Amino acid sequence: MDLDDQASIQEVVDRVGHDGLVVILGSPNAEAAELYAATVTSGDPTFAGPLAGIPLGLPVYHVLEPEVVEHLSPQSYDAKLHMAALTLDVDDIVATVRRIRSELTA
Amino acid sequence: MPRAALLNTAYCLFQVPDLVRYGSKPLREIRREPSRLAAIAAHLRPFEAAVAYPPNQVFVGNLPPDALNDIPRPWWRQRATPASSPHPSLGDGTCEGAFGRILPQPAFYERLREADVFELVRWGEADLPDESLPLFDHGAPVGAVVHGYPGDDSQTAQLMLENLACKATAVEAARLCLEGRDPSEIDYVLNTGEEAIGDRYQRGGGNLAKAVAEACGCGNATGADVKAFCCAPAHALVMAAATIEAGLYRYVLVVGGGSLAKLGMKFEGHLKHDLPILEDVLAGMAFLLGPADGHSPTINLASIGRHPVSAGGTPQAVYTALIAQPLSKLGLRFEDVDKYAVELHDPEVTEPQGSGNVPLTNYRAIAALAVLAGQLPQDGMADFVRRHGMPGFAPTQGHIPSGVPFLGHARAAMLAGRMQRSMIVAKGSLFLGKMTQLSDGMSFMLEAS
Repeated sequence: MDLDDQASIQEVVDRVGHDGLVVILGSPNAEAAELYAATVTSGDPTFAGPLAGIPLGLPVYHVLEPEVVEHLSPQSYDAKLHMAALTLDVDDIVATVRRIRSELTA
Repeated sequence: MPRAALLNTAYCLFQVPDLVRYGSKPLREIRREPSRLAAIAAHLRPFEAAVAYPPNQVFVGNLPPDALNDIPRPWWRQRATPASSPHPSLGDGTCEGAFGRILPQPAFYERLREADVFELVRWGEADLPDESLPLFDHGAPVGAVVHGYPGDDSQTAQLMLENLACKATAVEAARLCLEGRDPSEIDYVLNTGEEAIGDRYQRGGGNLAKAVAEACGCGNATGADVKAFCCAPAHALVMAAATIEAGLYRYVLVVGGGSLAKLGMKFEGHLKHDLPILEDVLAGMAFLLGPADGHSPTINLASIGRHPVSAGGTPQAVYTALIAQPLSKLGLRFEDVDKYAVELHDPEVTEPQGSGNVPLTNYRAIAALAVLAGQLPQDGMADFVRRHGMPGFAPTQGHIPSGVPFLGHARAAMLAGRMQRSMIVAKGSLFLGKMTQLSDGMSFMLEAS
């Protein structure tokens, strides 16, 4: 994850705390989603950014997961996400992010 | 007014293994951990392997892009044997292609020497200023680059080498593009390279275009640089076509030189998987545009694709603006375009570093748009991608892979009557410059005469 993005997430956590905070990813593949999800749960796995060694433990979802999509208006989904849902390997991405989430709560 | 035609295209690749260490990523990693230099050196490939690398043969026109569909991965283990050009030589190992050439490192140093009008490269000298940048060939020192104006942070030795490399590679491609023509016919040159040529008071002041024009004998030309990250070539080609169609200029040359900073950009992925470092080439490209000549393909300015500020930043918004809207304006369906040329990054370079197969993702997005438009069944997406897309074959040099590497192939296919339309689609990551959160994009249609 970009170092600036890591710093931004840290800043939000510092400001509002962990409660009620969820990270929503837009990663285009499972590998990137795993890296991003791991960064906001157990810390930056590359040990290069501000979240290195900082396990924030935030719940993480991908924007194409049903749990997120059900909160969106159909118009918004059709205009902004439908093409991505047809383009990306959604099953692979969702399975990966769910695994990271379950490891968090285990 | 006549339409603007694509009269010629030219591409070059200089394999420069001893410059990989000066790519931005290797440079930073070696600074952090000096032992990385030895690891990098152990993963450089010989020139012959770069010549035989199938994507490089596609880049210079000896193989069509779709030929890569039939060559098993990994491509770096294969040796391309193009039927049209069995590696004839200019005497130094240079490989000639149908519309390009692959040159070895000594040839690059020759071009660098010529491009260096301020004697910033010192060859074989012992007494060098501090902070000069040594140059090597097969590990042996051959010279060094010195800074421009003393103490100028915009003219360090590293930056001067970046700028000179961009100039030298652009000049090579431009000369190739102009072979057999009178260079004095050229009215204007547009440079699309991404280097910030300038000094401490005007970093990025630019106009490398005019330096290229001078080096190519284009005595009646002036020019300017077009800056738009990776989609600069598409912007420049549309601008060139517009000035020709308007009658302002008759012949315009669009050029783009290579990016030293991007050498070895993803080397860590290659080392991790014990692959050769494939980002060892500096690329150059040039396109000659002029009034329609009756047989060369033309650029259709009746409908270009633009990504305006208000379009929104989701991939769907970007593709709608760049592809769906211009097709709709021309009354065409997605299937009516023979080949879409998107960001043609070589997947063998990007996948080991976790960046995925960029062109494949792009083609799936276009197919998905066709599904949403009701022009394609969802189970027809894979077939659409195969028929209207192509494997990526271009080096990951920013503006270089942005659709335009296909122009040579498209022009050849259209001249042979095998293709009617090709849409070139380019995108640029403006947000990397931290002046806006926006990206950009531009597309245009090339049509057979």
